[in-house]
Amino acid sequence: MNSHDDKGIPHTTPRQSATFSADVNSDIRRAAATGIYDIRGGGAKRKVPSFDDLLFMGASISRYPLEGYREKCDTSVTIGGLHASNPIHLDIPITIAGMSFGALSGPAKEALGRGASMAGTSTTTGDGGMTPEERGHSNKLVYQYLPSRYGMNPDDLRKADAIEIVVGQGAKPGGGGMLLGQKISDRVAGMRNLPKGIDQRSACRHPDWTGPDDLEIKILELREITGWKVPIYVKVAGARPYYDVTLAVKAGADAIVLDGMQGGTAATQDVFIEHVGQPTLAIIRPAVQALQDLGMHRKVQLILSGGIRSGADVAKAMALGADAVAIGTAALIALGDNDPKYEAEYNALGTTSGAYDDWHEGKDPAGITTQDPELMKRFDPIEGGRRLKNYLKVMTLEAQTIARACGKNHLHNLEPEDLVALTMEAAAMAKVPLCGTDWYPGKPNTSY
Amino acid sequence: MQSFDLEAQGLRALNSTLNAQSTETNQTVWEVTNPKGSHAIAVGLDAPIEVNVKGSTGYYCGGMNKQATIHVHGSAGPGTGENMMSGKIIIEGDASQYLGATAHGGLIVVKGNASSRCGISMKGVNIVVQGNIGHMSAFMGQSGNLVVCGDAGDALGDSCYEARFFVRGSVKSLGADCEKKEMRPEHIEFLKEIIAESGVDAKPEEFTRYGSARTLYNFDVDNAGAY
Repeated sequence: MNSHDDKGIPHTTPRQSATFSADVNSDIRRAAATGIYDIRGGGAKRKVPSFDDLLFMGASISRYPLEGYREKCDTSVTIGGLHASNPIHLDIPITIAGMSFGALSGPAKEALGRGASMAGTSTTTGDGGMTPEERGHSNKLVYQYLPSRYGMNPDDLRKADAIEIVVGQGAKPGGGGMLLGQKISDRVAGMRNLPKGIDQRSACRHPDWTGPDDLEIKILELREITGWKVPIYVKVAGARPYYDVTLAVKAGADAIVLDGMQGGTAATQDVFIEHVGQPTLAIIRPAVQALQDLGMHRKVQLILSGGIRSGADVAKAMALGADAVAIGTAALIALGDNDPKYEAEYNALGTTSGAYDDWHEGKDPAGITTQDPELMKRFDPIEGGRRLKNYLKVMTLEAQTIARACGKNHLHNLEPEDLVALTMEAAAMAKVPLCGTDWYPGKPNTSY
Repeated sequence: MQSFDLEAQGLRALNSTLNAQSTETNQTVWEVTNPKGSHAIAVGLDAPIEVNVKGSTGYYCGGMNKQATIHVHGSAGPGTGENMMSGKIIIEGDASQYLGATAHGGLIVVKGNASSRCGISMKGVNIVVQGNIGHMSAFMGQSGNLVVCGDAGDALGDSCYEARFFVRGSVKSLGADCEKKEMRPEHIEFLKEIIAESGVDAKPEEFTRYGSARTLYNFDVDNAGAY
């Protein structure tokens, strides 16, 4: 390109619009070509305030640390002791989030069970029911009770170590799901009582209850059916955490699973994933506040999910008041999802490793989010389970490292006072001081 | 016959006693007195026993039932027979909303009327209602049969899959993708059998069949206006 026009006047540097960016323009072109909104898997990809915006201060003269690898730092957690006679005891506070058989292959579900069991934690079913391979390989299995009730039956319910009533999901608060026809194999169709190859809508509301008063009765029914033995969790999206947690506790939940907008879904509209819900960092303090106001903090456990990736994230969630966390997307990556070794195949699908999110199409080169028998063969559930176990161990060691540096002999002893924030937004959300100050936006009795 | 006073003995004792019955039990007939609209009566049963509830019930009576016959001598609250797998529920009075929600099998008979969302997301159950049913009944119904001897409210069978609906009276309106279907000999035969089993008063020839037009089975943007 010439730097001057034919009259000798310099060209200005071509300037791309921040509003109409290359991403936005590609979305517009795609919409214009197809007439259909974009459906994808995963959670919010936009940058939001996150645990990366928080730092631990570590020990100093006023706080003394514990010796790494020598002095004990407990990681265990018990979930559901409030009403259930058989609460769940976990060695580590990192659980595997609900992901459906249907969205994931049978071997992938098996690997999640194997890895979680070896690491001493629980895994969770999903929309589509309980598979024998998942139950068989999971020492602790949480059974999701979803609006669609696909695959729901009392025999499986009674095989569960806990029941998780799903009200919402961080990727799509207020939204149902869709499993497109290409993933509906004979086995998936059979488990869901629907014809093969049709799109399966998962309802956004439960068919037989609405509101907190009904939820209380639904929990009563589930407890009566399971003999008051197993804990009942209630999973909510990060919509109105203070009120949702308050109402779930009032309804009789033993534990709350709270899922921020970075939490993944198998498939929903991109516009839903990116524009509905709140970041994980923003929802934890209101939820903990609700539990504290009810005198239920540490009695009703809080399990936080949505973009948890490392031991640092685990430690920060615990410091802000969570009892445990759940991982979904991170677990899939540990299994081998989006691995660069399949780069050529990702390219052939019009994407690149790390960005592949068309899980609903069932063409996953890694053989995890698919029902294609040939692709599924690429995934070894034993090796996948081992990888997940390794990853869970590393996260736990990382969280312990931080906790010891803060002088804590249990991850649950981490507290907000151990944290500072790098940004004003994170300070306001986490209610911890901005680095180098003793202040956060909204701090009571301050006149800044 | 075993008798159980719910008011005096409590819900937990009732359900744990009924849940403890096995297929070989000799205590096959139970009577529950003083239900007084209590919730979750006789839920999760899994034995060929008969439970007679002498009065009206609250939410989820007979929820997730397998094998048992539950006879409500009164009216039944919301979600009665939800996710039932097999067995039978008979309601002498009226049934509230979400009757037989997501139920997989068995038979539910209502001698009176059923409210809105009757048979919502039904997955194989047969429901027979002597009277009328409310709006949005059999919403997203997957399989099974809903037989209505009276009238159906608005939006019958909205977004249904393979469930079948037989209505003797009028249908106020059909839901998205639900259409009137031809009555073939096998449908008359099915109605004959289920009417006899249910003990309702109707003739098979008087019914009209409705079901899915199957136009919404795979997403097509040109159908988006149907929702």
